[in-house]
Amino acid sequence: MSLRWVFADTWTLTLRALSHWARQPFVALVGFLFPVLVLVMFAYLLRGGYGDDYPELLVPGMLALTTVFGLETTMTAVVTDAQRGITDRFRSLPMAGAAVVSGRAVADLLHAVLGLVVLMACGWAIGWRVHGGVLDALAAVGLLVLLRFSLIWMGVFLGLVAGRPEAVSAVQILVWPLGFLSIAFTDPGSMPGWLGTVAEWNPLSSTVAATRELFGNPGWESQSWVAEHAVLMAVVWPLVLTAIFFPLAVARYRSAA
Amino acid sequence: MAYGEKMAIEADGLRKRYGETVALDGLDLAVPAGSVCGVLGPNGAGKTTAVRVLATLARVDAGRAVVAGVDVGRDPAGVRRRIGLVGQHAAVDEALSGRANLVLFGRLLHLGVSRARARAEELLERFDLEDAADRSVSGYSGGMRRRLDLAAGLMVAPDVLFLDEPTTGLDPRSRLEVWEAVRGLAAEGTTVLLTTQYLEEADRLADRIAVVDGGRVVAEGTPAELKDALAGDWIEVVVRDADDVVAAAALLARISGVAPEVDTLRVSAPVRDRMGALAAVIGELDAEDVSLRRPTLDEVFLELTR
Repeated sequence: MSLRWVFADTWTLTLRALSHWARQPFVALVGFLFPVLVLVMFAYLLRGGYGDDYPELLVPGMLALTTVFGLETTMTAVVTDAQRGITDRFRSLPMAGAAVVSGRAVADLLHAVLGLVVLMACGWAIGWRVHGGVLDALAAVGLLVLLRFSLIWMGVFLGLVAGRPEAVSAVQILVWPLGFLSIAFTDPGSMPGWLGTVAEWNPLSSTVAATRELFGNPGWESQSWVAEHAVLMAVVWPLVLTAIFFPLAVARYRSAA
Repeated sequence: MAYGEKMAIEADGLRKRYGETVALDGLDLAVPAGSVCGVLGPNGAGKTTAVRVLATLARVDAGRAVVAGVDVGRDPAGVRRRIGLVGQHAAVDEALSGRANLVLFGRLLHLGVSRARARAEELLERFDLEDAADRSVSGYSGGMRRRLDLAAGLMVAPDVLFLDEPTTGLDPRSRLEVWEAVRGLAAEGTTVLLTTQYLEEADRLADRIAVVDGGRVVAEGTPAELKDALAGDWIEVVVRDADDVVAAAALLARISGVAPEVDTLRVSAPVRDRMGALAAVIGELDAEDVSLRRPTLDEVFLELTR
């Protein structure tokens, strides 16, 4: 299979995913508005506990959590295609096999970037500001996209393994404790010692801390190693996840029987 | 096998296990080019696994298969260029329109956009989907989905088309529509392998039938040959009233050696010695009616997969 077809087939499947959103704008809209709703809820209900600076802390946390929500987007799409037999039809076609996953990946990344833009605009409206340079801000968005990239392979793998929509609901629920057991919303220093350590080592936390640093937003006071090396870890964690789940996803796709 | 014809599908000793479950246990199959082969069997007989193996979706543990002249294990991509697969689910994209589905599959078959569009148009017309072409598939009936599914399998005229239970879950009218479509394809020279649980479907569509049970072909032949091969004729006795049923059943059991089938006043069983059986029934029973007849395909099937 020539490289040209890999790109052509990837683009065909990317367009397919995009046309899903175009045909079901309501579904896409709810997907974008849900994080906005959570953001507004947190910003106004919890502000009292943290003061007027809270949006500055909150928005990077919410951006990272939204990125993690993307795991469900990928899983749902993979499970739906597998259940309907569409994945099998693709596999029986003389197309580039890699395109099935790469098309998914490109579409999901576009979706993620759009979601981040919407959320940043809303964050801006409630008082969040970028204090660093443009390049740093772009680097922060890049780190979020990198995290999303690693979650694509996790989502493809989990979707193929689970194969049933109920499994997506389970992940939907489990994302919440994962999101809260991090530095996204609260100071790990206020947690019991060991729990604070777990929260700081949560891959989500590294992305949150790194984006706060790059956007020039305040963070929590912490002298731990992982907090001091946030940007490094925000690169390392997604690479580790990708190294684990990319081969698993490809193997599972090839052998799915 | 000695058909002296070109084979579109040749499978030799296919074996496949899923953990403890043996899905294929030495399956052999030979389908002449241009014919319709019906693979008939109960649930779990290995029909779907056989199709998945032949369509390159699953690999066998042992055995060899050649489809359209290409070895499935050695050159799966080559096989994919020559086959169409219509699986058990109508594998079409619910969110897209019928036309968009066909164009999508055409593009993935590397037809190019304009040829994909033109071919989609042809197939929509042929499968009577023009009016619904721009509606979302989610609003289609079961029969329409199936026809779209078939059309998607035909975007590039395949040498061999696999249909896995094409009419399962369809209402009678939709089933007739799908049958019509399959007959049309066969008439144009496409080799069709279809799996089914319905004897009537195999009887009506297939040139040859392979009865599969326990991952193996337990009988193979034309529908007429299968009916012949099995125990010859059946004797059918209609008794005058319900009290005579027991005596008639006992007699037929003695003659045929198997338990007869009883349907109110009608008792029937397979027989080898036709004249001897007739004489015994006339001599020993005061029956309303007695006749010899060919077995139905249902009876053949039950006998073979017993």
